[in-house]
Amino acid sequence: MNPSPGTGTKCQILFTVNGEARKVLAHPMERLLDVLRNDLALKGTKEGCGEGECGSCSVLLDGMLVNSCLVPVVQATGASIVTIEGMSAQALMIPLQEAFLECGGTQCGICTPGMILAAVHLLEKTPEPAPADIREGLAGNLCRCTGYQQIFEAVAMAARRMVRK
Amino acid sequence: MVTAKDIPGKNCISLILDDQPCLAAETVNHPEEPILLLAHADCRMLRKAVDAVSIEYEPLPPVHTMEESERQSTIIWGTDNAFKSYLVEKGDVEAVWKDAAHIVEGEYFTGAQEQLYIENNGVIAAFDPEDGVTVWGSLQCPYYVHKALMALCGLPEDKIRVVQMETGGAFGGKEEYPSMIAGHAALLSIKSQRPVKIVYDRMEDMVATTKRHPSRTRHRTAVSKDGQILGGEIEFTIDGGAYATLSSVVLSRGTIHAGGPYYWPSVRIRAKAVATNTPPHGAFRGFGAPQSLFAMERHMDHIAQVAGISPVEVRRRNFLKPGQTTTTEQTIREDIDLDHLLGRALELSDYAAKKARFAEENRSGMRKKGMGIAAFLHGAGFTGSGERYLNSLVGVEAGADGGVRVLVSSAEFGQGTNTVLCQIAAEALALPYEGVMIARPDTTVVPNSGPTVASRTAMIVGTLVQSAAQGIKQTLMKTGLLGDNYTPEQFRASCGQFIRTHGALKSYARYEAPGDVYWDDEKYRGEAYAAFAWAVYVAEVSVDLTTYAVTVDDFVALQEVGKVLHPVLAEGQITGGVAQAIGFALYEKVVWQNGRMINNQMTNYIMPTSADLPPIRVFFEQLGNVHGAHGAKGIGELPMDGPAPAIVNGVEDAIGVRFRSIPLLPEDVFEALQPEPPRQQGPSSTRGTT
Ligand code: FES
Ligand code: FES
Repeated sequence: MNPSPGTGTKCQILFTVNGEARKVLAHPMERLLDVLRNDLALKGTKEGCGEGECGSCSVLLDGMLVNSCLVPVVQATGASIVTIEGMSAQALMIPLQEAFLECGGTQCGICTPGMILAAVHLLEKTPEPAPADIREGLAGNLCRCTGYQQIFEAVAMAARRMVRK
Repeated sequence: MVTAKDIPGKNCISLILDDQPCLAAETVNHPEEPILLLAHADCRMLRKAVDAVSIEYEPLPPVHTMEESERQSTIIWGTDNAFKSYLVEKGDVEAVWKDAAHIVEGEYFTGAQEQLYIENNGVIAAFDPEDGVTVWGSLQCPYYVHKALMALCGLPEDKIRVVQMETGGAFGGKEEYPSMIAGHAALLSIKSQRPVKIVYDRMEDMVATTKRHPSRTRHRTAVSKDGQILGGEIEFTIDGGAYATLSSVVLSRGTIHAGGPYYWPSVRIRAKAVATNTPPHGAFRGFGAPQSLFAMERHMDHIAQVAGISPVEVRRRNFLKPGQTTTTEQTIREDIDLDHLLGRALELSDYAAKKARFAEENRSGMRKKGMGIAAFLHGAGFTGSGERYLNSLVGVEAGADGGVRVLVSSAEFGQGTNTVLCQIAAEALALPYEGVMIARPDTTVVPNSGPTVASRTAMIVGTLVQSAAQGIKQTLMKTGLLGDNYTPEQFRASCGQFIRTHGALKSYARYEAPGDVYWDDEKYRGEAYAAFAWAVYVAEVSVDLTTYAVTVDDFVALQEVGKVLHPVLAEGQITGGVAQAIGFALYEKVVWQNGRMINNQMTNYIMPTSADLPPIRVFFEQLGNVHGAHGAKGIGELPMDGPAPAIVNGVEDAIGVRFRSIPLLPEDVFEALQPEPPRQQGPSSTRGTT
């Protein structure tokens, strides 16, 4: 059972999601994660822990990497949000996807949307990351399947390929 | 609202025994036992509804530890609190004690461990008076859920449909519990006549679902003066929780692996799974073997010390060799050379040089370093006659367009099942990999190829996929539609032709036990597994005497798993397994209070993050093998077995303290290093120093 936002009055919230202006009616304290998944049917953002530990619910909020399970939707008013669904528009997406596939960066895949968002966030700031940068950039994202190694390899490979282009 | 009274069929979660109710009717046997189900169209209202329920309990005396359970002063299950016990006897153990130069004793403990798949348990159930119950869920074994729902709902086979959806991790944790949550959703759906969705949040999932069985292993070993094992007694006990679930099978695997990869001229293993008033423990990668192998590999280092030889030497002198027999008297027919495997692992980890250097450097400084090794084996597939009883069936079908579909109930949850099975079928049909798809595991579409457990998929199911695929080819060839050395285009054309004249093109293959496999379920003797995977792992660790934290600095994982079908996926299985096992050894502690896990959050139950893990260096050795698709053996569980003992052996090398239990947390190291003589360890304590 997910935390209840209460049953008080809803309010109208306007923001941009994946480049599109969206309007939702929600309780101000409702989690951005739930609004994205339930109201906007963007199921690519995952819930792993609901308390800011695992990073599966990562989204970009005005360019910042945030855990959407910790963001009350009212805080996102007027913001520009990017979820995994909006990533296909990113130039980085194709090399990242290919590298994840080649290196085995995805096993069950539940952590992958969050990992991809964290990786994009990292590579935008640091196009040529050292291994330690990758480790740190992805440190907020838990993966129970891979032991991380192949994820780091994938991010490094994608970075190399992007720089070469 | 649903209570036990609303259950149309039998109030149980049918598995091996039918002892676990779906909803408690009169007695609850553990703190998380479901009693009442509530559903509402607006899930936000449920909080209120739950607050409005009050349950009055009349307390009964509880049993919370294995020792209390064994004492039998309170009986909570059956007549003696024992779900299952096994006795393995090889040779005459009584005769060995008198010849022993040393008798080495040790007691070892492992704690519960949460699977912590990142996606929690979740299902959707829909009831239709015509079609019956359909369940879609995050699960490992569609036919386990199918069987459980038939009994619970009192519906025939064809009125229950179970569909496995993309599953965000499982590791054994979605082997038996999905039957429970699916049962709950089904009951609510039958009563409300609406689809019902149940998704656990993290706290619910951690507190209520199965975990790895806590264990206690006692060794008493007769050893010759040069460190050879003459014989011994092993007592292996696991805590099964409140209901039988899969404990008997977990116990079985732990029992068979208890002697490690060593030759025991004689041995007696007594194993028991006992009941306690905690939520049932269940399947988790390794399935009993990580527990008994932790004990064995810690004990080997102890034997080495007593005999005055090195950890390397004690293993060399006792390794199983081809032609010798295991503790269950299975003759090793594989051409395995453990000596060579060990030698290579030592080389890859630079063991000797590092060990010598650390011994020197440890004389000063606050960071002590050590090297630890573990040698082990893991049996692939079901134990003993398990595969025979399962009688798995696999199908391959080709469409008129030449598209091939593999029909299995084996579920993908990240291990690469789909990739590997398609790869095997494509190879058997000489088609490009892209030409083969896998059907979604849906009990109305796929046959029962058995559960996705026990590292059996590539080896057992893979072999069946291979022969079913060959069946398609043979059918096309026999009907003269396809010649030798065909191209994918010719294959496509012949499928089309066949289907136009004869209808569907399907081929099935059923498991046949190799004729020469002998297993005695009563005496627990014989060929326990069709094949074993073998491994030697080496851990380089440091112990920080300021923080008392143990870290793993380098990790070498060398294994012999037969043919590696897909190198990237295989490596991923090993790194992932090693990471989980490092958690098992050093971080993941379930804190119990009155039978309930009280640290049921990711904030206070700590799994390894990327910052906690060393480079995990994975190597494969290949010796070729008899059974299995292209000689592949199981791989998924193996990496769970070795890291914990290798790490704790390394800690002993670093600071000279003999820890006997995991998880080994900084506070345990701190306590052991206090100047006061460490307190004698009580039997139920989770710490261990001597
Ligand atoms: S669900 Fe948000 S951090 Fe885990
Ligand atoms: S791939 Fe499964 S949790 Fe990361």
